Amino acid sequence: MTDFPILALLAGMIVAATPILLAGIGELVVEKAGVLNLGVEGMMIVGAICGFAVAYETQSVTLGYLGAAMGGAALALVFGVLTQFLMTNQVATGLALTLTGLGVAALIGQPYIGIRGTTVGAVPLGPMREIPVLGPVLFRHDAMVYISILIVACVWYVLRFTRAGLVLRAIGENHHAAHALGCKVIVTRLAAIVFGGVCAGLGGAYLSLVRVPQWAEGMTAGAGWIALALVVFAGWRAWGVLVGACLFGGLTALQLFLQAAGVAVLGEYLSMIPYVMTIVALVIISSGRVRAAPCAPASLGLPFTAAT
Amino acid sequence: MKKRLFLAAAAVVPALVAGDAAMAQDKTKAGFVYFGPVGDGGWTYEHDLGRKAVEAEFGDRVETIYQESVPEGADAERVITHMALSGADIIFTTSFGYMDATNAVAARFPEVKFEHATGYKREHPNVSTYAARFYEGRAIIGYIAGSMTRTNRIGYIAAFPIPEVIRGINASYLWARKANPDVEMTVIWVYTWFDPAKEADAAQALIDAGADVVMQHTDSTAPQAVAQKAGTVWTFGQTSDGAAFGPKLRLSSIIDDWAPYYIDRVRAVMDGTWESSATWDGIDQGMVKIGEITDEVPAEVKAGALALKEAIASGETHVFTGPVNRQDGSVWLAEGETADDATLLGMNFYVEGLTGTLPR
Repeated sequence: MTDFPILALLAGMIVAATPILLAGIGELVVEKAGVLNLGVEGMMIVGAICGFAVAYETQSVTLGYLGAAMGGAALALVFGVLTQFLMTNQVATGLALTLTGLGVAALIGQPYIGIRGTTVGAVPLGPMREIPVLGPVLFRHDAMVYISILIVACVWYVLRFTRAGLVLRAIGENHHAAHALGCKVIVTRLAAIVFGGVCAGLGGAYLSLVRVPQWAEGMTAGAGWIALALVVFAGWRAWGVLVGACLFGGLTALQLFLQAAGVAVLGEYLSMIPYVMTIVALVIISSGRVRAAPCAPASLGLPFTAAT
Repeated sequence: MKKRLFLAAAAVVPALVAGDAAMAQDKTKAGFVYFGPVGDGGWTYEHDLGRKAVEAEFGDRVETIYQESVPEGADAERVITHMALSGADIIFTTSFGYMDATNAVAARFPEVKFEHATGYKREHPNVSTYAARFYEGRAIIGYIAGSMTRTNRIGYIAAFPIPEVIRGINASYLWARKANPDVEMTVIWVYTWFDPAKEADAAQALIDAGADVVMQHTDSTAPQAVAQKAGTVWTFGQTSDGAAFGPKLRLSSIIDDWAPYYIDRVRAVMDGTWESSATWDGIDQGMVKIGEITDEVPAEVKAGALALKEAIASGETHVFTGPVNRQDGSVWLAEGETADDATLLGMNFYVEGLTGTLPR
């Protein structure tokens, strides 16, 4: 038994948290606009393969992320058109989106199986890397970790302090009232859905470009569902998503590190907790009480047809 | 309407893969049921290479069909039944979880031969089982790992606590310790055959805990990718060669070679000599192969590994030869005694020297 590598554990927690943080914050915006998109898993995996393929072909990680964002957005747009214009059921469409995404990603990914991925270096933060404790935990990551936190901050700021955020929240709370006030319900929701797709795509690409880093069919392995639960768990608050992602990611990392340190007893239970928490969160979201919970958008999942 | 069209298309695709039902009778038809996609680069990929070898061997006299990504459970029974109905003469079902489905379908199609990989149930005279002695390969890989580690710590990513996996851990550890008496092995159970993110995290945790050689009994190449990031960590290819990660990261590999067995069995069906059997072949018969050992491994270690391989192939050395104690200190194998297959097939204990608790 060696000294328990607590700093490595915390750093591992951040790496494990980033994909679900990105997907979660995207879904938060979608749900704040009153749309429930259950296709996060599908958008993530499409992002994972688009990111990997583009990064591999162009040898540019930045372009890879861009490709991932576009892949996620394209799939999200399909969802947007189906639910906002053709008025399909959001739950069913979201589930279909996940299945479609898994299939499409497997198809695109055929030539990329078993190929070595690119290596993404850490951001050169100079002397900050050397700060005791904080350095190894916080300042030795790749750019996307910091970008994801920046996205959380932006989402929080926009939702809370800007007019656009107010409009988005108003639409999520009561789309008829917002419509009566002249807010463009469909357009705003479409924008939110696409933003969700971009974020989910980036989260997926983080898996295939940084965390794993390679392509494998079905590699998201349920991360999209965790991200969905995360939004509920966070009570639809931006910073709550960050805390939840660290908690979920930390539990994943913790059980592996405990085993590596020779403490195996708790392993199974710890690996269960994110899923148990997910189930509890999903029970809450489906119980109908969710609309009474603070910050839950009142029009979540309801179809909108402009009253004449 | 559009959605309905899409669903219809989705339902047609698997049927196309399974092939045309109306086939000429003079050809022998061999069916393969796969757990993963043929492009998984590991387990299923190697089975599919075996299928292609059958086609290459018999040319026009044989026709092969396959279906990939078949879930274990009710779906498997449906797929196997469909294959039997479409005129297959012999059907290979290539995952442990198809065991009951294979036997159930075999009862209904006595004329069709069934071959189930890694299982133990042969309830009908038309069912055979086959598996490979992967642990022989793991002993050799373990020997290389023990010789190479500078930190004296080997990391091992294990899927599920079943005899197959435990055997691999014990074989690796015993031979790593023979090469290096100070070696320690840290095992992480990930409870999945395939979850690249989790395997990557596990590899990272092992590296952070001081391991500089990481072995795995899971299907993805995520650990290799993590080793690539870490820079100073070695890994091995698992079930398939994984040469893309060589030569620095991937020292060698264990390869499953099903081709000779598949050719043998299809030929037996053609000749009418097929009989139910339980095959458990290893390095000797060529079912388990060791991939190229790269130059990263010093010459004397490579020579030692190859000598061990020869000794195992000739039967001179048994991987599990006493004295070996169980983890609790009780005697398992006395001096010179070798393990019998029954114990190996049901192995549920760590050997002495392994730390950590074996999950139940």
